[in-house]
Amino acid sequence: MTDDRKEKDKPEDLERGDRREFLKRGAALAGGLSLGAAESAIGQAPAPEPENMIMGTTELGAYGKRSRFETSVRIPHGGRPSPDAFGLDFHIAAPLQESVGVITPSSLHYVGTTRGSFVPDINPEDHRLMIHGMVDRPLIFTLEELKRLPSVTRLHFIECAGNRSNRRHNTVQETHGMTSCAEWTGVLLSTLLNEAGVQEDGDWIVAEGVEEVKGASSIPMSKAMEDCLICYGMNGEAVRPQQGYPLRLLVPGFEGILSVKWLRRIKVVDQFYMTYNDYGHLHQDSDTAALGMQIGPKSVITFPSGEQQLPGPGFYEISGLAWSGGGAVTKVEVSTDGGRNWVDAEIRGTAHRMAHTRFSFQWNWDGNECELQSRCTDELGSIQPSRAQIAEFWNQPPDQPVRVRGQDNSIQPWRIASDGSVHNAIS
Amino acid sequence: MRFLKLLPLFMLLGVYAQAQSPTYGVGRTPTEGEIRAWDISISPTGEELPQGQGTVAEGEELYLSKGCAGCHGITGTGGLAPRLLKRDVGATSNPWAFGRILPIRSPYATAVWDYINRGMPLMAEGTLTPNEVYSITAYLLYINEVIPEDKVLDNESLPKVEMPNRDTWAPLPDWWKPGLPRLVGYPY
Repeated sequence: MTDDRKEKDKPEDLERGDRREFLKRGAALAGGLSLGAAESAIGQAPAPEPENMIMGTTELGAYGKRSRFETSVRIPHGGRPSPDAFGLDFHIAAPLQESVGVITPSSLHYVGTTRGSFVPDINPEDHRLMIHGMVDRPLIFTLEELKRLPSVTRLHFIECAGNRSNRRHNTVQETHGMTSCAEWTGVLLSTLLNEAGVQEDGDWIVAEGVEEVKGASSIPMSKAMEDCLICYGMNGEAVRPQQGYPLRLLVPGFEGILSVKWLRRIKVVDQFYMTYNDYGHLHQDSDTAALGMQIGPKSVITFPSGEQQLPGPGFYEISGLAWSGGGAVTKVEVSTDGGRNWVDAEIRGTAHRMAHTRFSFQWNWDGNECELQSRCTDELGSIQPSRAQIAEFWNQPPDQPVRVRGQDNSIQPWRIASDGSVHNAIS
Repeated sequence: MRFLKLLPLFMLLGVYAQAQSPTYGVGRTPTEGEIRAWDISISPTGEELPQGQGTVAEGEELYLSKGCAGCHGITGTGGLAPRLLKRDVGATSNPWAFGRILPIRSPYATAVWDYINRGMPLMAEGTLTPNEVYSITAYLLYINEVIPEDKVLDNESLPKVEMPNRDTWAPLPDWWKPGLPRLVGYPY
C-alpha cells in the first residue's frame, strides 16, 4: 500500500522533484490553498527560491551525499593515470583549492599506493593483525579484539613524499594535493608492542599490507613506540577501502608511504629491511636521508591559489593550510609582496600536532599585480624556507632550478595578475 | 592507615610489573604454522630466504613463460610496466644514473628476490616457487650486468651478490631521532 503510493507520486526525476509541481499537489491536498500565497507579497526577492528539491530516498536517508552543485574532485597526480593501464590505483591528489577547515573528507583524501595497487575488498570479520618477530609473545588480533583495547582519536595529516611543487604545476591540487588530514581513531602501536614485549635489539619494525603486492615499509622502533596508531576509524566511521580498510598504520608526520594500508602484519626486526617501498625512497647522502623521513614545517595558501580568479579589487580573506611533522604549528605568516614583508596570520581553531592547521589573513587587494606567500613555524622552532633560502643553504648554483633535499617544505608563491587571475610563481 | 600511606608505592610497583607482562590479555598466540605462512619478509642478510636455487638460463625461460615479458618488454624495456633494464648512460661509476630500476638500484639482491616473490606476476602474486624466484632474480641481475651468465643463485649466494649501489646510499644518520629538528644546523 505504502509502496504503491510512493510509486504513483514519484516525479520522473527521482532526485530533483519540481518544487512548484510539488507545492501545487501539496496545496491541493491541504484543501485549495493557492500557490501565490507562498510568494512574497511585497518587494523583490534578492535571489530566486530553489525550483527543485531533493526527493528523499531510502538510500539518501541511510547515507547522505553532497549537493550536485559541489563538483570538487580528486585528480591523478604527477601525470600518471589512475587507474592505470592495468587498472591499478596509483597516486590521486586532493582538491585543496576548495577545502575548508582542516578535515579532508574521506571521499577526497589523497590516495597513494605501493606500485599501483588494486584496492582489496576485505571482509573485516576475516581480517587479522599479527605481531611477531623479536617479541616475547607473538600475538594475533581480530578487529573486534583491537576495538576492545584503549583507543585514541587524533587529527593527523598524511603526506606523500612525492608532494613536491614545481613550476610546471598550475593549481594547488597539483603543487600540494598529496597531503590530507583526517580524524583517526585506533589503538596506539605502543600498546600492542608492549603487549607483545619487544626484545632487546628490536630496533625496527616492518609493517605489511594484505593487498596483492603486500606493500611493506621499515619504521624505526623509536617512532613506532612514540605515537604511531593502528587505525580502524577515520572521520567518524570505518577507514575507507582506499585508505586501508579495515586497518591502517598511521605514522604521524612522516612520509606517507610508512602509513601502511590494509595492515595485517608487523614484524619486529633488528635492522632496516630494505623493502620495495624502502628502496624506492633511498637517498644518496645522510643529510638528505635525515630530511627525508619527517616532514618539515610547511604551509600553502589555498585561496587565492593557482587558476582561481579574483573578480576585482576589494576585501578577501586569504586562507590556507599549515602543518609540520615536527609537532604543532605555532605561527603562520603571510606576505603579499613576494616575501619582502611578513605579517602574522590568524590560526583558526586549535593547532594540533602533526595535523593540518587552517590559517587566515584579512586582505584588501588594491588591484595591482602582487605575489602571495605563506610560511609557518613549528613547535621545534623550525621555519618553512623559501626555495632561494634552500639554494643558499646548500650553495646551489643560482642559475639552476632549486633542488629541495628530502621532503619538500618550500614556500609556495602565487602571483596575482592585475586582471585577478592567479598563477604559480615558482621560477 | 599505614597501608593507605603505602598504597601509592604499591600502585607504582603494580605499573612496573605490568610493563613486563601483557596488560590486557586480548588477542591470541599465533601458531608456528600461521607465522610461517604469513612471514614473507626477507632481510638484507637473507636469513629468511627459503632453500632453493636458480640460474640465468632458467630465469630467461621463465621471464617469457610467466608473462613477465608481456608487461615489461622482451628485453626488460618497452612494455607498459616499469622497465627492468638499466638505462644506457654509457660508462659511469655512478649507479644512481641507471634510474630507479629495482634490479640495478637496490643495494641488496634480497630486495629483488623479495619483491618478485611477494608482488609478481600481477594477478598471480605469490604463485612462483622459490626456485622460480631465484631464477628470475638471476636473469634480471644478469641483464643488468650485475652477475655473470653462469652464476647460480641460492639462499647462500643471493645475499652476497655485490650490487653496484651497495655502499652508495645513505641510511638514517646515527643521531637521527623522531620529533627533533630534522638536521642539526638546518633552520628549516
